[in-house]
Amino acid sequence: MAEEKDERIRLTPEEERARRKRSIAIAVTLIALVILFYVVSLVKIGS
Amino acid sequence: MSLIETSMIEPGSVSAKPRVSLSEPKDFLALLKPRVMSLVVLTAVTGMVAAPGTMNPVLAIVSILAIAVGAGASGALNMWYDADIDARMSRTKLRPVPSGRVEPDAALAFGLGLSIFSVMVLGLAANWFAAAFLAFTIFFYAVIYTMGLKRSTPQNIVIGGAAGAFPPMIGWAAVTGDMSLAGFVLFMIIFLWTPPHFWALALFKMKEYGSVGVPMLPNVAGEASTRRQIFAYSLILVPVGVAPFFLGFAGPVYGVVAALMGANFLRHAYAVLKMADGDEKMIPAKRLFGFSILYLFGLFITLLGETVVIRLLAGGAA
Repeated sequence: MAEEKDERIRLTPEEERARRKRSIAIAVTLIALVILFYVVSLVKIGS
Repeated sequence: MSLIETSMIEPGSVSAKPRVSLSEPKDFLALLKPRVMSLVVLTAVTGMVAAPGTMNPVLAIVSILAIAVGAGASGALNMWYDADIDARMSRTKLRPVPSGRVEPDAALAFGLGLSIFSVMVLGLAANWFAAAFLAFTIFFYAVIYTMGLKRSTPQNIVIGGAAGAFPPMIGWAAVTGDMSLAGFVLFMIIFLWTPPHFWALALFKMKEYGSVGVPMLPNVAGEASTRRQIFAYSLILVPVGVAPFFLGFAGPVYGVVAALMGANFLRHAYAVLKMADGDEKMIPAKRLFGFSILYLFGLFITLLGETVVIRLLAGGAA
């Protein structure tokens, strides 16, 4: 049985680095948004 | 290990490597026009502080953030739409979209997403009147100015300048939920400041604007007419700049600063008026452009600082 050919493509180091930075930025933004909405909700409920 | 499926390869290019974005977070940050955002933050904070009434500090900070992001979103939409002409002008060719660092579709999605997000957050943190005002401002800049006026009339920046002038009114509306004469005066200061500021730039960048088909005033009406209109707008701007003092919502320090800086603004505008036709170096226009930025920052920082000090002193005395 012939071995299946791996047709997936390997990213260059630059592409990998850029993608990692974007992923981190998205994660940080999402965490910041969770905190933002939590704090705004607390203040709104408190007032 | 970073691998992606070949199913992501674009149709018709089965053997070719798919395009994988090289854009980084700083490229998306550049789409927001951070320098413009800093002016928007300053003017919106000034409107907020000058407004009668108080706002919870946390909600005030979130509101300012929303206004800043809204302004940035309209900047991203502007860069998405104008990528074709930005690529051909030295001042703008290194922007993220024309330089290829950000795909046009990504810039559009980023701009639209942040527009919706900023309006929703301002509505939740402050009130829906201010949020609607922010939505209108984004629409005005991205659609009316960028897609409509910019390439069709030499009065583009006169009308389009309103978009940049709305933030103090939005800041005011975030506190009070309505509009007032004082907020309108702050709007008028930026609105009247915009033509001399941008036409001074257009004078020494007119060849570039002309080559990409943007009908800036110097290319359409000529240098002499532009210089006269710069001076005329400056004559109206300077008294309006002092008006907050005479209307009672700015103190004497602001009055003095606005009068002195206004006099200097007029001096620069007069030098532009007297500039010779065909002046290659355009030194007076470059000086006016530089000073105009200082003028606007100076007025709003003084108004903001003096209002804060007066409120602190009043609070201490109470």
